[in-house]
Amino acid sequence: MTKAKTKPPDKRIGLFVCHCGINIAGVVDVERVAEAMKAYPGVSFSTNYVYMCSDPGQQMIIDTIKEKKLDSIIIAACSPTLHEKTFQEAARLAGLNPYQIEIANIREQDSWVHVDKEKATRKAIRIVKGHVEKALKNESLEPIKVDVTRRALVIGGGISGIQAALDIAEHGYEVLLVEKGPSIGGKMIQLSETFPTLDCSQCIMTPKMVEASRHKQIKLLTFHEVESVSGFVGNFKVRIKRKPRYVDETLCNLCGECEKVCPQVVPDEFNMGLSFRKAIYMPFPQAVPGTYTLDAANCLGLSPVRCGKCKDVCEKKAIDYDTKDTFIEESVGAIVIATGYDLYTMQALGEYGGEKYEDVINGLEFERILSASGPSGGVIRRPSDGRIPKSIVFVQCSGSRDTEKHLPYCSKICCMYTAKHAMLYKHRVPDGQATVFYIDVRSGGKSFDEFYQRTVEEDKVLYIRGKVSKIFKEGDKLIVWGADTLTGKKVEVEADMVVLAMAMVKADGVQDLLRRLKIATDIHGFLAEAHPKLRPVESLNAGFFLAGCAHGPKDIPETVSQASAAAAKVGDLFSQSELIHEPITVPVDDEKCSGCGICLSMCPYGARSLDLERRVVTVNEVLCEGCGACAAACPCGAAQQRNQTDEQIFAMVSAMLKG
Amino acid sequence: MFEPQIMSFLCKWCTSAAADLAGTSRIHYSENAINMRVMCSSRVDPQHILYAFREGADGVFIGGCHPGDCHYVEGNYKTLRRITLLKKMLPDLGIDARRIRLEWISAAEGKKFAQVMDEFTEQIRSLGPLDFKEKALLREEDKNE
Repeated sequence: MTKAKTKPPDKRIGLFVCHCGINIAGVVDVERVAEAMKAYPGVSFSTNYVYMCSDPGQQMIIDTIKEKKLDSIIIAACSPTLHEKTFQEAARLAGLNPYQIEIANIREQDSWVHVDKEKATRKAIRIVKGHVEKALKNESLEPIKVDVTRRALVIGGGISGIQAALDIAEHGYEVLLVEKGPSIGGKMIQLSETFPTLDCSQCIMTPKMVEASRHKQIKLLTFHEVESVSGFVGNFKVRIKRKPRYVDETLCNLCGECEKVCPQVVPDEFNMGLSFRKAIYMPFPQAVPGTYTLDAANCLGLSPVRCGKCKDVCEKKAIDYDTKDTFIEESVGAIVIATGYDLYTMQALGEYGGEKYEDVINGLEFERILSASGPSGGVIRRPSDGRIPKSIVFVQCSGSRDTEKHLPYCSKICCMYTAKHAMLYKHRVPDGQATVFYIDVRSGGKSFDEFYQRTVEEDKVLYIRGKVSKIFKEGDKLIVWGADTLTGKKVEVEADMVVLAMAMVKADGVQDLLRRLKIATDIHGFLAEAHPKLRPVESLNAGFFLAGCAHGPKDIPETVSQASAAAAKVGDLFSQSELIHEPITVPVDDEKCSGCGICLSMCPYGARSLDLERRVVTVNEVLCEGCGACAAACPCGAAQQRNQTDEQIFAMVSAMLKG
Repeated sequence: MFEPQIMSFLCKWCTSAAADLAGTSRIHYSENAINMRVMCSSRVDPQHILYAFREGADGVFIGGCHPGDCHYVEGNYKTLRRITLLKKMLPDLGIDARRIRLEWISAAEGKKFAQVMDEFTEQIRSLGPLDFKEKALLREEDKNE
């Protein structure tokens, strides 16, 4: 809706040229500037004053606007970054729309950088002329206001999602915490002990899980998945799928009879396949919510004709084989994405015998082996024959920092957890040999380097700088070939077990969800932030916030900080009575738009969409950030930036060059 | 001495802030360029640049954020593509491609801004005025309007 067609009204523009003491007046002949502009078309008043930003200066502006009935003003003074707001406020007091104010920068970009008074004065006149041309066509604008639904959705029930949900709930807002698995807890609940303090992960995690489930402001939706999101910041509509658990969690009393009779035995995901569970199971003893879940994919057939044993023994009548997918619709104002990570697959590392040898395992499997609640009750036993390994080789950067074959980035936490693994191994098997292959040790975190030093010095873990080229089996031993890059020699180490510090990758299947949510990722599938330095917890899409490893590899403290930061941002959003958005947006003139859709690909915010019926582009001005990339790309001139239309730019160019 | 006319389009988040910094640091440079502040370098349409040549500019400067630093994520990459393409077309319009300069100047690089302004002014000065012959094609377009 550019009012480009209408001939500029006979605007009454006022020009106020500031001396800024001698800062401007010392170089630019301010009187000459004010005088020269008096006769310029559209300018009905022109003056100069020693300090425009001073109280008397502002009062003069206010009085003049009223007295001369000005409908636009130009302040020729310092950079707009300094006093644009000051003069907009003054104008508002005089009843003028703040978007009718133009600041002509004749200080930082003229008087302070030039010495030739004549040239600087002529330049100042040309700068002012450009702004007069723009002012002639400036529209009065009102900030865009939208209501906010003060309710948040958090996707992912790991430590980041739990922390974000708890913080938002503590701010006093309702939260929906959606987790696709049967329990919240994520990866952190699988860990044994955490670096650098070695506190037990379950001990610090379970209270948070219970708190999240009991908090009256948190609605916990486990075994649910987000299907689709529509709407925009402050006003999202979310469709959530409730997957059938086949066990009514409100009835299940955890008696465990169903599990005893279930004939189906399958690998246990929680223990990384190192132990077994039944088809009807509880993921782990501290699972939240505390209920059994029937794994339909492994059940003999969900039909009482075929098995039905669990249903028969359930006294509470909690089991129902006929449960189907159901859907719920919810309204939320903000969405936190905390979908976590997965590990690089073992198959990808064929040269290390991943998948081929049972005793070559990844870091998370070793966490389970170390865990007191793990498959071997915390005694370190190797998977193949249950023997206690007398030598373990740890391979850092398995898949990470390999630009040629694998992933170019650093997974960040592996140096520290490998040091922890090696240390814990030495604590439990003091006569064992722990060898670590590393490229370099990155221990930049609070108390991290001290922890690593302890591993080396107190626990006598052998660190070899170099990469492992191949791992193969000889008898019941694993042979690790590598290079020691400090001595330049080939190394061969015999091991009973190998632990690969596997790279962190985007969570399995998350790309489908992100596509449905229209959320941008980086080339590795991690969430893209709105600005890498200044807006690290916001997504490019307004109203979406990022937390945890979905955004990139992170350790627990960093994840928790980011989750709290995301929650604080949600709080910021919800504390506003209505959302105010700058109106310098780029709307579309329906009559000119050909419906080509080129501008859609220009917009990083998804603010533009093609109305297929009318063949025109529509703009959600709440999402538009006003960069103008679309306006420059529009072949029809239909997309025009408010108060910086092509017409205004052309007029400014002419005036500035010819003036 | 020939004093070229230069039209500059400056991103408000980086290069325009760098120009302000050059000012607060009192770094003197040539007066030939006149600045227009835009929301993002990607707001600059190649048409704006051609128009500036038609209106008497001997050179056009565009300043944007360093790669990866764009306030709007990737506007500067869009600018880079547009300017690269425009530079390929310019000789066909009778304009030397060296009359356009695109530079990444962050808000901290006031000194660089001043240096680039002097360099570019010198460059345009050595190329001479964008003369009538060079403008011929554009004039033709003028008549058709």
